[in-house]
Amino acid sequence: MNKILIVGEHDGAHLNPAVAKCVTCARGIPGGEITIALFGADTAAVAAQAAQLGGVHSVLRIDRAENAHPLAAILAPQVAALAAEHTHVFGPSTSFGKDLMPRVAALLGAPQVSDLMAVESAHRFRRPIYAGNAIITVEADPARKLVATVRVASFEAAGVGGSAAVASRSLDVALPSHTRYVGAKTAGTDRLDLQTAARVVSGGRALGSAENFQMLFRLADKIGAAVGASRAAVDAGYAANEMQVGQTGKIIAPEIYIAIGISGAIQHLTGIKDAKTIVAINKDGEAPIFEVADVGLVADLFQVVPEFERLVSA
Amino acid sequence: MQKIMVCVKRVVDYNVRVRVKPDGSGVMLDGVKMSVNPFDEIALEEALRIKERAGGAEVVAVSVGVADTQQQLRTALAMGADRAILVQTDAPVEPLAAARAFLALARKENPDIVFLGKQAIDDDANQTGQMLAALWDRPQATYASKVEILGNKAAVTREVDTGLETIEVDLPAVITVDLRLNEPRYVKLPDIMKAKKKPLDTVTPEALGIDLGQMLKVVKTDPPAQRQKGIMVKDVAELVDVLKKKGLIR
Repeated sequence: MNKILIVGEHDGAHLNPAVAKCVTCARGIPGGEITIALFGADTAAVAAQAAQLGGVHSVLRIDRAENAHPLAAILAPQVAALAAEHTHVFGPSTSFGKDLMPRVAALLGAPQVSDLMAVESAHRFRRPIYAGNAIITVEADPARKLVATVRVASFEAAGVGGSAAVASRSLDVALPSHTRYVGAKTAGTDRLDLQTAARVVSGGRALGSAENFQMLFRLADKIGAAVGASRAAVDAGYAANEMQVGQTGKIIAPEIYIAIGISGAIQHLTGIKDAKTIVAINKDGEAPIFEVADVGLVADLFQVVPEFERLVSA
Repeated sequence: MQKIMVCVKRVVDYNVRVRVKPDGSGVMLDGVKMSVNPFDEIALEEALRIKERAGGAEVVAVSVGVADTQQQLRTALAMGADRAILVQTDAPVEPLAAARAFLALARKENPDIVFLGKQAIDDDANQTGQMLAALWDRPQATYASKVEILGNKAAVTREVDTGLETIEVDLPAVITVDLRLNEPRYVKLPDIMKAKKKPLDTVTPEALGIDLGQMLKVVKTDPPAQRQKGIMVKDVAELVDVLKKKGLIR
């Protein structure tokens, strides 16, 4: 039997929506029994949310003071200890999972499949390489544990309606003191989350300044969208790092992605190709973004965006 | 700060559009330009800046791969690394195998910091640094956008999904770097000449006592699914109309 452990990302109050997508991925493994492990100072609230996800067998709470902040060096030995009872260990392909899971894999001497995008069998998976220019199918040895980060844009969220058993676990694992959390600077939380928003408005270097980016925020607010950016726009300082979409930023799959003044480098396109509808607005009719756009408009963004905002209802 | 080790990978150049072989056996690599993984250049640049600020410290560039990886290590030497070590193998190297090779070198060299790029742009695995830190039983600070050395500690600002996070790690530590940490210097011609005289050692995995065995078998390689060609609209009014009809906006 396959026993899949999912490391559940959360912020203490809310389970990250990526977890529900990991569950869908894990449900693709034949004969799988799914356990979600939650590490934190107090995971009662998030455990209740995790227990509702359909198809989850059990939820384990590992509450201890050292787990208050998700430091990979602290969490990895605990995940590795829990992994003794499991065949697969999954985490989301978010900055949390990408940081943590390889450390777990190395402790287990196990291979890791990064950005797992499709399950073909319990030990056969697909994942992108070369910024999504190629998709490889990999096979793992069933005799070994397998670690993976799940490409969340490839999976729908598991629905609620489950009632998994919640249990507290104490692990007898020595934790290092060599890594310490200092602090965080996060963007305002009043904005929609880029990774889970149904609508995304995204800007490129053609915006020309951080001030001009405000135009996109106004449009996004009107249509209920999150705001993203190309690497060029982030490098130029027009947008914050966490807004970057693409190979080395966020991989997203909204219902609609509106790319404004983004030329469409392959590294950017790999971050949006699971969007249901891609809209491109660019002055340059030859821009590669139009090759993937469902709806394209060749026009000056500085005229389009204010008019767009005026024509849509809140 | 005595010594900094920087791990560099030989990869298909950033500007090459990689294509899948028609028989699905891999991607076309014949005659393709190879370069230092761009993230590893940022890693090396950071090591060089720390060395320059500290007025000393040795920077050792290391890699694991085919004999031609010497070209990328020469580039690293031209950028300013003091010497280089190649763990030479013709076999494919998975991240855990690379981490084992770098662990063996770290145990020999005892660096204060090991820098790597956060990921390589060929396999996009984003694993090796974290795996090395685990095997070495040392701290990891991934996705660094700012590194401050404070005696035998480092304060590292990390790019995370919610913004920026700062952690403090005891040295020695593994630091993987993100895009915006620095802008790597250009190599000048005299530096390329000078680099030819710098030491570049080659060792075998056997001499280091490590097994680079593969654990994942690549069964096939496919091109990505293509999106259907879309429509062009003439103005904003038509765009909004189309999107409203699709029920995507109101």
